Amino acid sequence: MITVLAFYLFATLTVLAGAVTILARNPVHSVLWLIVAFFNAAGLMVLVGAEFIAMLLVIVYVGAVAVLFLFVVMMLDIDFAQLRAGFVRNFPLGLLLAVVLLAEMGIGIGAWSVGGIKLGTPDGSAPTGAAASNIEAVGMLLYSKYLFLFEAAGVLLLVAMVGAIVLTHRQRSGVRGQNIGRQIARRPDEATVNVKPEVGQGVTL
Amino acid sequence: MSWTHSLTLVAPEELLSVTGLVLLLASAWSRGQRDARAITWLSVLALAIAAIIVVPALCGGLRGDAANAFDGLYSGDSFAAFAKLLVYAAAGASLLIAPVFFEKARSMRPEYPVLVLFAVAGMGMMVSATNLLTLYVGLELNSLAAYVLAAFLRNDQRSAEAGLKYFVLGALASGILLFGMSLTYGFAGTTSFAGIAAALTGDISTGALFGLVFMLAGLAFKISAAPFHMWTPDVYEGAPTPVTMFFASAPKVAALALTMRIAIVPFGAQTVAWQQIVIVVSLMSIIIGALGAIGQSNLKRLLAYSSINNVGFLLIGLAAATPAGVGAMLVYLAIYVAMTVGGFVALLMLKDVDGNQVEQIDQIAGLSRERKVLSLCFAMVMLSLAGIPPLFGFWGKFVVFQAAVAADLLPLAIIGIAASVIGAFYYLKVVKVMYFDEPAGVALGKSDWVHQALLLLAALIISPLGYLLTKWLSDLSSLAAGALFAGT
Repeated sequence: MITVLAFYLFATLTVLAGAVTILARNPVHSVLWLIVAFFNAAGLMVLVGAEFIAMLLVIVYVGAVAVLFLFVVMMLDIDFAQLRAGFVRNFPLGLLLAVVLLAEMGIGIGAWSVGGIKLGTPDGSAPTGAAASNIEAVGMLLYSKYLFLFEAAGVLLLVAMVGAIVLTHRQRSGVRGQNIGRQIARRPDEATVNVKPEVGQGVTL
Repeated sequence: MSWTHSLTLVAPEELLSVTGLVLLLASAWSRGQRDARAITWLSVLALAIAAIIVVPALCGGLRGDAANAFDGLYSGDSFAAFAKLLVYAAAGASLLIAPVFFEKARSMRPEYPVLVLFAVAGMGMMVSATNLLTLYVGLELNSLAAYVLAAFLRNDQRSAEAGLKYFVLGALASGILLFGMSLTYGFAGTTSFAGIAAALTGDISTGALFGLVFMLAGLAFKISAAPFHMWTPDVYEGAPTPVTMFFASAPKVAALALTMRIAIVPFGAQTVAWQQIVIVVSLMSIIIGALGAIGQSNLKRLLAYSSINNVGFLLIGLAAATPAGVGAMLVYLAIYVAMTVGGFVALLMLKDVDGNQVEQIDQIAGLSRERKVLSLCFAMVMLSLAGIPPLFGFWGKFVVFQAAVAADLLPLAIIGIAASVIGAFYYLKVVKVMYFDEPAGVALGKSDWVHQALLLLAALIISPLGYLLTKWLSDLSSLAAGALFAGT
């Protein structure tokens, strides 16, 4: 009972948030509604027992993709009113695309239900449902059978990071950096001078 | 399958990535060109040690279960060892010539050798992959480093353009390859090569066939075979010349070895399905490589078309689908690496008096009168690439055609030989410009001893003296090819 309630709650909110995402006037609000949609989709994933995918949705989509959108929306000066101006003109094209997508989905589902596709049988290396949770199952495989690839993927990410730094990092001249060591090593008697100037005399430092 | 056994087999990749990590740390504290040079030399040393590590696997003809690491993810067999030796040699050469070039552009940074080391580790995974996952991780490790290397001269607009172009098209090719892999996985039920081979016997289903086609298309992009070659001239021209040499040699060897393994091991029972694709791709590459080069005035673009052309000849060996064909391909690859290194080192040695690189063909007119040895070596490389008999390049083409004829692919061999005559035209044009045209007096700069030594070594290998190596090369390549066919 509570599962059914939760499902309808998450599903309604996902659809609603999705609708508001494309209807909101302010692009920042759109991105925030998109995040709401992602969270609710993650909830749906938990309901079907795919908690790993739920976490991926939150970490990857909310943590990275949505934040990236937010950065783009806030940092680039895009005139959204101008972007929307062509809406009526491009409406037939959009409608056509929507119809094509719908037809593709129909054909795909039709072909699937006819059952003409003979897929391969799993070789048993994938995790079975016997494990306690699918996070555990994925972890068991990742850290045992596929450890080599896991480590290699780590090197891959490192290379991506090194590459990004190599291509963008530059040493600017004339920048006053903070030297923490020097700041800490300063003593009161080096930093301040106590002088008693005579009236009418200047101070020599 | 014990961990120690697996870890021993992947020793070259471990060594390269650990050295890469340590040198990355060292480069964080490095100051100036001298440190960058030292890091380059240390990387070359690491490559040399890795090469020594893989020699026993090659000479011992390691194959089958003894070479299998991590439960079928990786195979350190003699085929992989052969390809790795070529990759290490090519990568080492492109490291050795880098400092002078980048110091002239004031952008020698220690990250260059580090990225090359990681790319080489990725290529080692590619040639050893016996699982689609290993294949993909290795390929991406290589590609990501390569995109950065192409844009390494980031203040140079052409280099940045080459990097961006390579990145966008490379990402597209990776997507196509991944799509093919997912289809193959769906219809075979496994990602391991042996499992796919077992699942795809008899008539191949349309879905699996699509998977095969998409995988071959993705790989054809990586080896820059026609009709997926469009990026090659632009990227080769824009990338810094040492990086171009790297692209034309090491990743090409790795991707070709990977293509061989994909075709022979997982799809070994489906030869008919991929043979016609390989034949078409190889003929298109030969013809487009030959015709496209004719109008080029830039030597780097010319060498790019020449590499497309050579990939076509190499694929003839794969089209034969026999151990002899694969062995012939490996022999050709070894000679191709020597020719590519020779060609690009000679190109790097063409400098004007101020030390700027000379890249246009008309600028090297009459070079033979000023720089006798350099133009002789360059002419030898060109004639060898054309496959003119006393030079060693002829032997590579000869063994490949021999394998094709033995596999009843006589028409393919005949068209290939005819097309190589077209190719000879532009190679001979370069020689003619160097020897018979009025001197332009541009390329008069001096080079250091590393370039001279590398060029002499490459010239020695492709000279008729190279035929002393044929016995040795054919023994090793047949051992390697035997390891590839061991399971099928």
